Order: sequence, then structure tokens, then C-alpha cells
Amino acid sequence: MARTISYREAINEALAQEMERDESVIVMGEDNAGGMGSPGEMDAWGGVLGVTKGLYHKFPGRVLDTPISESAFIGAAIGAATRGMRPVAELMFIDFMGVCFDQIYNQAAKFRYMFGGKAVTPVVVRTMYGAGLRAAAQHSQALYPIFTHIPGLKVVVPSSPYEAKGLLIQSIRDDDPVIFCEHKMLYDTTGEVPEESYTIPFGEANVAREGGDVTIVAIGRMVSVALEAADELASSGVEAEVIDPRTTSPLDTDTILESVENTGRLVVVDEATPRCNMATDISATVAQEAFGSLRAPIQMVTAPHTPVPFADSLEDFYMPDAQKVVNAAKATVGWKR
Amino acid sequence: MADARIAKVTMPKWGLSMTSGRITEWLVEEGTEVKAGAELAEIDTDKINGVLESPADGVLRRIIAGTDSSAPIGATIAVVAPADVPDAEIEQVVAEAEAQLASGEVEEPQGPVVATVEVDGRPISYATMGDGDEVVVLVHGYGGDKNSWLFVQEPLSRTRTVHAIDLPGHGTSGKDVGDGSLDTLAATVLGFLDVVGAGRAHLVGHSLGGAVVTAAAAAAPDKVSALTLVAPAGFGSRVDAGYLRGFASAGSRRELRPHLGKLFADESQVTRELVDDLLRYKRLDGVGAALETLLGTLLDGDDQAIDAAPLLATVEVPVTVIWGRADKVFAPADASALGQAKLRVVDGAGHMAHMEKPHEVVAAVEGRGGTSASEEGDEGAGGQ
Repeated sequence: MARTISYREAINEALAQEMERDESVIVMGEDNAGGMGSPGEMDAWGGVLGVTKGLYHKFPGRVLDTPISESAFIGAAIGAATRGMRPVAELMFIDFMGVCFDQIYNQAAKFRYMFGGKAVTPVVVRTMYGAGLRAAAQHSQALYPIFTHIPGLKVVVPSSPYEAKGLLIQSIRDDDPVIFCEHKMLYDTTGEVPEESYTIPFGEANVAREGGDVTIVAIGRMVSVALEAADELASSGVEAEVIDPRTTSPLDTDTILESVENTGRLVVVDEATPRCNMATDISATVAQEAFGSLRAPIQMVTAPHTPVPFADSLEDFYMPDAQKVVNAAKATVGWKR
Repeated sequence: MADARIAKVTMPKWGLSMTSGRITEWLVEEGTEVKAGAELAEIDTDKINGVLESPADGVLRRIIAGTDSSAPIGATIAVVAPADVPDAEIEQVVAEAEAQLASGEVEEPQGPVVATVEVDGRPISYATMGDGDEVVVLVHGYGGDKNSWLFVQEPLSRTRTVHAIDLPGHGTSGKDVGDGSLDTLAATVLGFLDVVGAGRAHLVGHSLGGAVVTAAAAAAPDKVSALTLVAPAGFGSRVDAGYLRGFASAGSRRELRPHLGKLFADESQVTRELVDDLLRYKRLDGVGAALETLLGTLLDGDDQAIDAAPLLATVEVPVTVIWGRADKVFAPADASALGQAKLRVVDGAGHMAHMEKPHEVVAAVEGRGGTSASEEGDEGAGGQ
């Protein structure tokens, strides 16, 4: 039965159902068991934003608090994965990737290849990304393009509670290392989610809205921004098709190309900074593969090439919003040679 | 007190999540005489587009919510009454309805109540509407679920208790189908009747569900008062095996969509939401295995494996069969295979006749004649 739950609850439920199903699934990270503000273990916080709350008591010995040393515990999780566990390690903020990057990109991502397919590394790194929480430049970045760049990693950017649960279960069952990127501003958003376990395959985009005038590809939290823009566009007679790739690696280019072949116009919305991000990658693919279908220049709506500002007004201005997407879509529709 | 012959046409509740609907077109004008079940308006919801039917015989006296307007479910959007009901009485009903619409204080009609019972150790989910003495049980087809009856369940529930169930492996019922045999599925339906204390029930089955309710009626004649079969499996050997296998194996929207087009006479019925809902179902743990097992029940090579004709021959209660003339999955069966059953072939409908022409199914269950079906029997059925 589908009921309405939050993005946070959907992730927690996916973890609980997979831990129930498979004893080799363990959860580890800073404050995953206990955490900020909890005087005792009975009311343990469950991570900095409460995503793993309740799992510590439900699965004794399988929810591990780690020292504040990403290089140690991400490395430990990857090592455990090579020995038959299915660890889900929480890298609290994606901004902290720097201190454990060797373990991820030069170890986990390479094992299957370096050992001729004989080694598998079924580790999931859950991590929080994105601006909007007034958390300043070191806790607000959208760094999923960096992981997407690395062959051997799978990169998931769920846009809603439904995608979050199904993609996390798929991530845990997948035999390759998966970077699972949760937008911190989505945790309290709600949506219909089945109670049963289910998986969403990687590399299959969701067409979140159908339309024939312009294709809007949006990543993660930007999907809801694009849908808001599409509503606004519809009121002025422009029907936008909104595509959520769900995973940036593998990337479902077929669905994007098919849509652009139909609409002839593309807007890509990406919260990441604009050099070498998903917007440039998807735009380049479309320019190369569907150039003949394009009826207007591709538009990219991204953050500017700056650190995320701390001042509220500047942070708001930094992020792509529905109005910027509407303007970009109208620019493609109204474009004349 | 308003004249009891005045029938309010209200915004229906099609499906659990519907809260309002938009009238995309009125199909009849004010002043037109209509029969109960006649198509009045096309309604667009966030999930599905459907046709609203007249609740009564009479004249469409007033349209309250015009084309392109939206109304909450339960709101009175038009009035049907016999021509001799005075205008003043109609105006009084219209004034009340307009006041309700303006204030937004519309009493929400009771939607389906969803519950789960255990039958033979399997959780079986079902949705109930209405509380009449007569009990009707709706059984969907392969890959379907209780929501596929949304246009049929609501009109039937006005005077009956109508349960729409999810067969094992489907909807939100348990995904274990056991051996997946017709007997196992029929036992589930009969077990369900016992658990909910239904007594004798009118069983309505679509496609695989049609074969299931036929087997149930053959196994327990004392529990079944009548059968209505919609494009039932098990009559004749012909089937589009490619559709069934393609449905079972499709894992993405692009794979699934072309198969779903075969279900309808009008392929525009395959909305993004329909494809999405089916994909969401197919992604549930256990569904792949369930569909695979049931495929073995349905198919013998490229032919139908089920032969329900001998079962139907033992059934003594009234049986009506509805078949879409444009059914591309199961061709309308030979009359001989249907024995004494009445066959109505419905124009403008494909395999999903209960979604495309719901009033025909409603009329059949109510024992009335339909409006766009031809009774075939004298001249030999399925003659196309």
C-alpha cells in the first residue's frame, strides 16, 4: 500500500528492509547510532539529520558509530565490502569527500577492473549535498559531478521519496560501489511510497512530466524546481517535458535524446557549479548526438562558478529556481536565428 | 424537500488519490433526454481520463460546472430530472449546489475502503464501496489490480456491496502465488468470500480473472449467484502471447509502453500515469517471479493453456460475457465455447472493456441491456 512518507523516512525504511532481508547489510558513520543532542542511547539521534534513527536498537551490533575520520571508516567500509559485507557508510556531507577520496576513486572504483572481474565491492556511500540549509561554503556543495567523472562508480541522485527508497535498495543490492547523494533540503518533502520493498534500476530516467515544446533535464532537487517551472510555462502555453535521470552514472541518454528529438529544445538544470557538471555533460551529448533535431541553442541553468555564499539573500540568488528555468525555457522557445 | 426524482450528477471519486476533477467536455446539451448510464461528460483527473455517466433516466436539466471548470469530488455538477419536474425545484437544487461550490464546503463522498485479509496464508488486499445486500466481487486480470475497476465499482456500489480484490501476486496483496494455478487463484476468491462473510456473490472477472471466477463458480456453485465475464481467458486457444510475455519482461517505460497500447481500442488511453503505475508495481519485490509463474498458467507455447469452457458448462447461474470488438489480446471467443452464456460484443472497446466502456459492464451486472453492445448468439458470436 502506498502511503505518504518523507524522503528521510523513505531512506530509513529502505535501510531497515534491506537489513531485515540480508544480514550482511550494516550501517556505519559519524553519529549513525547515537548523535547530537542525545543524552543516552535509548533516544539516539540517528545521524546529524536523523535519517538512521531507530536502526541501532532494531539491528543490534549492525549500526556502528565511527570516529570522526572519513579516511578510516570509508576505507573500512570498502574493505568490509570486498570481504562479503554490504556496508552502507554515511559520509555526512559530500563536501568531506576530500579526506577519503583515495579510498573511493582509486581503490573501490578500481577493484573489479584491476582484479579481472574477480573482486566485487558492494559498498554504498550515502552522503548529503546541496545548498539551502544556510550551512555555508564548506557544507553546501553539489559535488556529484566529480564522482560521475570516475569510471567504476555508480552515482545516484534521488529526487523524491519514491526514488529514494527504490534507488537505495537497488544501491545496496548492486555489486559495485555506489555514491548515493541525498539533498539536505529534500528530507522533509513527502510523497507516495509503497510499503513493500522495490528496486528502481540504474540508468533509467523518469519522465516526470510529458510535453512537446521543450525538454527540461533536471538533477536531484532540481526536478521539483523544473516541475514548478513547467506548471508556470504551461500557463503561458509552453508544454515542457521534465526528465529526471535518477542516476548520473550510468546516465540514460536514450530517454533524453528521444525527448529532444521530439521537442527540438533543451534546458538542463543542475545545482552544481557550471564547469564540468552534469549540464555541460548532457548538453555536449545532445549537441553531438541530436544536433539535427535542435531548433534553438541549449540552455544551462546552474549555480554560478563561486563557493556557496553564507548570506541568506546571496545563497537564495546562487541556486537555480523556477523563474530562472522559466526564463531559460522561454529563451529556447522564442529563439530566432 | 426536493422532488425525489431529481438526480444530482456529482463529481465521482475514481481511485483513492482523486480529490477533484476537471470537466474537459460536456457530451450532451442541456435539455437532452438521457438514459441511466448515458455518457454525460469527459472528466480529467491527475491520474486518468474517464467518462461520467448519467445516474438516472431523465432530462439533463442544468449544467452547473461548465466545460473546463474543476470541481471537488462529491460536488453537484449537473442535474438530471424528468421533464415534468418544475423549473423552480431544479433551480433550488442548482442554487444549493452553486453555493456549495462557491464555499468549497462539499461533503466528500465515501471513497473505497481498503483493507487486507488473510486467505490461505496470503495477505489479500481489497477495496470496498457501498453497503447494499447484494454482494459483487470484481477480479482483475494478469498484471492488473483492484484499481482497474474504478469506473465500474462506483456506479455498482450505489445499491450493492462491491469488493474489488487484488489476486495473489498483484496490487498490494502478497506476492507469493504458490503454484499459480487456476485452482489456487479460484480458491483465493472463494476463501475471500468466506473471510468477509459474503454469502452468495455475483462474481465479475476480467481476462485471467474471468477464468478464475468461472473456476470458482464451477467449484462452489452455492457461493455464486451470477457471473459476468469481461474478455475472459480460457475460451478458445487464440491469444497474443507476445503481449503477455512482453508485459512480463518489460522493465522500463520505453519497453512497456508499446505493449500497453494493445490493451485499448483507443491507444491514447495509455497515459504516462498508467505506464508509471504499472512500472511501480513491476518493481516490487516478488512481482517478477509471480508474473513468470502465472505466465505458465496462461500460456502453452503461443496458445492459451487454460480451457475454461468445460468449467463454464457446469455453471447453472446466469452468465453474461462482455467482449471488446477491438480486443487485440484475446480475440472474442467462439459462441460454442461460451455455451448458454449471453455474449455482448462492445464497439469502441479493446481488451480493457471495463475501462473503455464501463457502462456496458455495469449494465451487464445489473441485468440491463447496454447501449453500444450487440447481443451475439443467433447469428454466431465473435463474427469478425
